[in-house]
Amino acid sequence: MRTFQTQTSRSKVCPRNQYYECVARYSAATAERKRFYQDVSISQSEGGLYEINLDQRKLKTPGGKLFTVPNEALAIAVATEWDAQRDTLKFYTMHLTTLCNTALDNPTQRSKEQMITAALKFLETDTICYRVDEPHGLVELQRNEWDPVLQWIEKRYNVTIGSSASILGPEIPEATKDTLRQHLKSHNFWSLTGLEYVITQLKSIVLSLGMIDRHLSVEQAVLLSRLEEEYQIRRWGNVEWAHDYDMYELRARTAAGALFVHLTSESSTVKHKLLQD
Amino acid sequence: MPGSTPLQSQHRSKMAALSSPLRVCRGILKELRAIQGPSYKKSLAYNYIMDQFRKNKVTGEKYCRAKQEAHHASHTYLCLLASTRNHLVLHNLYHGKGERSPEEVAGLVGLRLPTQPGGKGWEK
Repeated sequence: MRTFQTQTSRSKVCPRNQYYECVARYSAATAERKRFYQDVSISQSEGGLYEINLDQRKLKTPGGKLFTVPNEALAIAVATEWDAQRDTLKFYTMHLTTLCNTALDNPTQRSKEQMITAALKFLETDTICYRVDEPHGLVELQRNEWDPVLQWIEKRYNVTIGSSASILGPEIPEATKDTLRQHLKSHNFWSLTGLEYVITQLKSIVLSLGMIDRHLSVEQAVLLSRLEEEYQIRRWGNVEWAHDYDMYELRARTAAGALFVHLTSESSTVKHKLLQD
Repeated sequence: MPGSTPLQSQHRSKMAALSSPLRVCRGILKELRAIQGPSYKKSLAYNYIMDQFRKNKVTGEKYCRAKQEAHHASHTYLCLLASTRNHLVLHNLYHGKGERSPEEVAGLVGLRLPTQPGGKGWEK
């Protein structure tokens, strides 16, 4: 649960009122609506930002701002989400749109530092680092599947994390936290929104960084995050309306978060070599 | 992907067929067709995806980082489209029906709600 921290800015509006106003507007905006548009298209404004058009109207965030994204790929993906809606608008399937709205509105008014601190808090109870003592099959499974990822991240970022079976979890040295904090700081605000979302979904910084750094695919990261559930499924059987449902939802959210981070943090250029055939 | 463990290899063998760029491209196009119907070739997403796949097809270097990044991104997008669709299917199948009315609930155990011709007294 995120705590609301009072701002020390010199804004004339009381921050608390603004927060509640935003929340009220959000709940009204996300009630069930029918599809009210035929065509979805994108357009580019003078600032180089992309906007989404539903028929002739420009899409706005729940907070009332104009919906703008920094690059074309993200705009197309969001437009596809809106185009995929049939009779009613199912906002819980439009993960990229939701992420963009969060980044644009920032309804809980958080700064980069607050987000980084919240993300690093996950390290102390990282899924990968929390091991069980029994049953033996699960202990082995955790060792075989999670240890390689731990080794990878320790080597990649030159940090020590380790794992523990005690109730307190592993001791994370300050140097590790500082290194990871520096790395998280290098992301811009949008990218950090996406990254924090992924960390919250997977309940693990290690898995999130592994996926963002392209060491793991989305399916692999989700599998490792749900390792104990997979173990129990193998043992006791699969329940489609619970297990598969949760798995697909987690995959969709994680994939959206990962795509969001990639699209908002890099700029790609194609270098054409002189020799063309 | 380096360092394959037993559980991951099992799942990877399901995914191994998916890991070539051609398969990922086909998968994405399938998903787009499911979303947009027969006119999916006219959509923004289709043009962009085909463009990206063509741009990244030819590269002179043995290990092209941009190509790996594009491949991972395309795989991620395919995962996003497929899992959103599957999640929605399961949602409609199992969780989409809402609550039953009192008449239906009574009917489940073979009872019927009593009718009172004069109304119950508190109705307007």
